[in-house]
Amino acid sequence: MTDLSTRDWLLSAAPTTRRQARLGALYQGWLTFRSNRLAMLGLIILVLLALMAILAPDLAPYSPTAQNLADRLQPPSARHWLGTDALGRDILSRIIWGSRVTLFIVGTVALISPIIGLLIGTIAGFAGGWVDQVLMRITDIFLAFPKLILALALVAALGPGIVNAVLALAITGWPPYARLARAETLAVRNADYIAAARLQGAGSFRLLVGHVWPMCISSMIVRVALDMAGIILSAAGLGFLGLGAQPPLAEWGAMISDGRTYILDHWWVAAMPGLAIFIVSLAFNFLGDGLRDVLDPKGGAE
Amino acid sequence: MSAPILEIRDLRVWFGNPPDRVDAVKGVDLTVARGESFGLVGESGSGKSTILRALAGLAPTWSGTITVDGESLRGTRRSPAFHRRVQMVFQDPYASLHPRHTVDRVLSETLRLQGMDDIDRRIGKLLDDVGLGRGFRFRYPHQLSGGQRQRVAVARALAGEPALLLLDEPTSALDVSVQAEILNLLADLRVERGLTYVMVSHDLAVIGHLCQRLAVMQGGLIVDQLTADDLRAGRADSAYTRELIAASRSYAGREA
Repeated sequence: MTDLSTRDWLLSAAPTTRRQARLGALYQGWLTFRSNRLAMLGLIILVLLALMAILAPDLAPYSPTAQNLADRLQPPSARHWLGTDALGRDILSRIIWGSRVTLFIVGTVALISPIIGLLIGTIAGFAGGWVDQVLMRITDIFLAFPKLILALALVAALGPGIVNAVLALAITGWPPYARLARAETLAVRNADYIAAARLQGAGSFRLLVGHVWPMCISSMIVRVALDMAGIILSAAGLGFLGLGAQPPLAEWGAMISDGRTYILDHWWVAAMPGLAIFIVSLAFNFLGDGLRDVLDPKGGAE
Repeated sequence: MSAPILEIRDLRVWFGNPPDRVDAVKGVDLTVARGESFGLVGESGSGKSTILRALAGLAPTWSGTITVDGESLRGTRRSPAFHRRVQMVFQDPYASLHPRHTVDRVLSETLRLQGMDDIDRRIGKLLDDVGLGRGFRFRYPHQLSGGQRQRVAVARALAGEPALLLLDEPTSALDVSVQAEILNLLADLRVERGLTYVMVSHDLAVIGHLCQRLAVMQGGLIVDQLTADDLRAGRADSAYTRELIAASRSYAGREA
């Protein structure tokens, strides 16, 4: 080990421990990912976003809620880099604080929806028969409604607010994941390696969790990364309609909504948070593309 | 003579429902003695692999009786005792290993399922037994060649120390040189461990190499049963078998 570099150790074709095999597979994936420049750009943007959210109190030059009516609707300047909104609040500070809200939304929805979808989809695909029929018809019912309309109905019932908006997005977001997971499950359920494990006496639960899930999870991760942009936009849409984040909470969608009134004379009020949403959505899409190269089992390497 | 390890009476296997029902096996009787190596030969679609799949619980609809070591089988559920007694090596080693599981994971899960202890030592021994060596333990299937994968599949089948091994064309997806390696490995393992083989193949030479007795199948029925000596001497009852032997010889002759 002493005369081997870490790199050789990681790329060894004959790993000697479980840990080395796992780390080697991860490193191989990282090399593939790194060779995709756009994916790296996306990753860097998202790391910056995360740092921005963590360091918001230190980075923001002003309080996101401090009003200064004397300075309202100021264009971008040295004092207010991105200008001020109708209540004289610094837009840059609001965008920086808003990144926390955005990350909260994205993180929560991206955790809840795919997990519901994975459970329902793999159980339906693996069990087959009437279980499949019942679960997929329920999925169809959810799919039959436009997502935002259903989310609107849920938020209207639960009451406006950021947490309810996130819940509504998560509950309406799972059906596509269920479909995807079911399709992946159907592709592997009759594979010889499943038959072999069954012949060793493996039960359905073990087969589902240990053998079917690993084959579904990579395509789910890619799908989630690509859907992140849509989640941000939906959350912004709810915020725009006044059903998401409530004032004075700085949320990017709600900020655009506030700026709408002045869009012709004071374009920056709506454009700056719009630009933030645009950049982050794009970054998630780049990341998703890169992850697809790394994780797709049909792609070869891994 | 002790009781046969495998006894099949009037086995019928079908897929689908009328009017699309396909009868793959149409009434087959077979007896395999303990320690014997039995071959099933036939063309594609003759139902030879289907018999193995029905036996292993992988064919949903069948009728007749299958008795393994005195235990009578029903439907597709198999008892823990059956899983210990009977294992299978699949045709395509590229499809029979989970692409995201290392060799270690495959074997340790199998050993655990079979209720074995001392897993580390057993994995090392299994890898040695199939001629891979311990260096292969933590590799993923994509880091293995076809022959190496099939050795892993054999190790997995042997992990629970079964008495009866079902071999579903274990060499047909491999290169000719690798085929010979795997066949020799299987022949050696059988002698060492006193295993019983039921092997399916479309290749008479492969069956002749490994099996003492064989049955020839055509259209879901057994048309002939003969010994390896009969095969070598060309003694066969049915016209189909004689044709098969002649075809196999002329092919081998052309190759040589």
